[in-house]
Amino acid sequence: MNQSISRPGLSQNALRYRKVRDRIVEVFLLAAGLVAVFTTLAIVAILLYESSAFFEHVPLKDFLTDTMWTPLFADAHYGILPLVAGTLTTTIVALLVAVPLGTTIAIYLSEFAPHKVRETVKPILELLGAVPTVVYGYFALTMVTPFLQIFMPDLPGFNMLSAGLVIGLMIVPYVSSVSEDAMRAVPRYMREGSYAMGATRLQTALRVVVPGAFSGLAAAFILGISRAVGETMVVAIAAGMQPNLTFDPREPAATITAYIVQVSLGDLPHGSIGYQSIFAAGLVLMLITLIFNVIGFSLTRRFREAY
Amino acid sequence: MEVTTESANTSNAPARARQESPLQNDASSRQSGTPRISITVDDTRKVRTLNVKAAVDNLNFYYGQHRALKNLTIPIADKQVTALIGPSGCGKSTFLRCFNRMHDLQPDTRYEGSITLHPDNLNLVGSGVDPIEVRMRIGMVFQKPNPFPKSIFENVAYGLRLRGVRNRATLGEEVEKALRGAALWDEVKDRLQDSALALSGGQMQRLCIARALATTPEILLFDEPTSALDPIATAKIEELISTLRDQVTVLIVTHNMQQAARVSDYTAFMYLGELIEFDEAAKIFTNPSKKATEDYITGRYG
Repeated sequence: MNQSISRPGLSQNALRYRKVRDRIVEVFLLAAGLVAVFTTLAIVAILLYESSAFFEHVPLKDFLTDTMWTPLFADAHYGILPLVAGTLTTTIVALLVAVPLGTTIAIYLSEFAPHKVRETVKPILELLGAVPTVVYGYFALTMVTPFLQIFMPDLPGFNMLSAGLVIGLMIVPYVSSVSEDAMRAVPRYMREGSYAMGATRLQTALRVVVPGAFSGLAAAFILGISRAVGETMVVAIAAGMQPNLTFDPREPAATITAYIVQVSLGDLPHGSIGYQSIFAAGLVLMLITLIFNVIGFSLTRRFREAY
Repeated sequence: MEVTTESANTSNAPARARQESPLQNDASSRQSGTPRISITVDDTRKVRTLNVKAAVDNLNFYYGQHRALKNLTIPIADKQVTALIGPSGCGKSTFLRCFNRMHDLQPDTRYEGSITLHPDNLNLVGSGVDPIEVRMRIGMVFQKPNPFPKSIFENVAYGLRLRGVRNRATLGEEVEKALRGAALWDEVKDRLQDSALALSGGQMQRLCIARALATTPEILLFDEPTSALDPIATAKIEELISTLRDQVTVLIVTHNMQQAARVSDYTAFMYLGELIEFDEAAKIFTNPSKKATEDYITGRYG
């Protein structure tokens, strides 16, 4: 830098112009970054503001302990537990599909697949993520549920099982793509160390590459959880919309997101308690995602490998 | 097969018997099946006769069309340290990696010729020979310390576990033995369950040596093992390599001339994929017979 100042041929004006231009670009870049920050802050502020109105009518204790969620009934109950149970159940079912399947695909692509296969399969997998979620919703309702009913004749037409399974399939590309990146980031000399000890490819993959990529895998699973928790269309279409305090995936239930979309579709008067309940539910949803992200972040930090 | 390396008494004599062929067949040793290497030591005129652990015979190696190693023929003496030196890109690491078939991990590579491992005459680079079987018998320590993201204990136990050892007592004994063998036991005995990645660079490299020693390899390959270490850690590793020769045949690639002179019994100088000179280390470093070797060790190129 000092060299360029003393370089002959650059006038003082040109130098000043360069400085000003740098400054303008810097401010512009900062502004772009701040858009994201302000959006997040604004969302949090609105959620807090609207829910505080909600909590003026509903004691926090009822909200957390009541086992019924019927804000639109004459006999209104405001217990969030049924919605949380629905959300967790569909998420767990989804993860039971996405984590093993996504990790297996990632191990195959990263450690076993020949270059050509990997370059063909990866974009196709990522295409799965581009399918609109409403399509997945009807896929769950009209294909998966009837298929499951072959084995479980008592399964209701709306149920969390098929919704969860389909969400699981839907987030497989996210999990496998991030996991594969994490495993490929494990340096070659680490693999060579394992092969040099006489390990097979599978032994190397499971005993060295997977532990070495643990922080990345944790990030992939957290990303998957966040997607599953926030998924709306599939559960709204395939899981039914009755809030139902159960962890049995064979039952119909509503998730937090399904409730929000259901209520927003109706014609609720602005400022009514039903309208405000959306924001309270939204706040809970955000807290759940936040908790998982914090867990994921701390896992990632604890198991971060310095190569 | 008998390998005879004789040094002429008058060091500047232009014609040397050795230049005809360093490898000669001998009827008596063929009978016993144990190849020997005989060396006449210059100053004392003493003859040392050693067993050959591995005989490299006309080895060629190809990356696709590129011929990276050209007709290498070298005896590797049993329980001795053999150093491979030469300028960057001369093929010494490529040569080293033939011994444990690391090239098999890359597509489109090909070996020609043979590396015969004694006493059972296994051709390490034979097309019908399973690379995993080869790697089970031949250990390797890499340029950059590469401990696994596991505890210190599990790093050393890795090879044993791969070989199906489950007994905790056996694992514990073998791990301790290997760590002692790598002069690391005293430093880590109280924290065997800590992550291996928390060790210093020199400790990591000794851990990698312990990891390789734990499975009692017949040959231990070192690929520039100290190039990422500071001088003190380097000295420790060199000392360790010198003590290892009692239990294992060592083959070491190094860029460091002094290191090769300090640790090796035999030295091979390679250039552009060819073997230029192979002899006792003392001979190579004090009185090389080839001009190219002399130029390299005196720092005129490379």
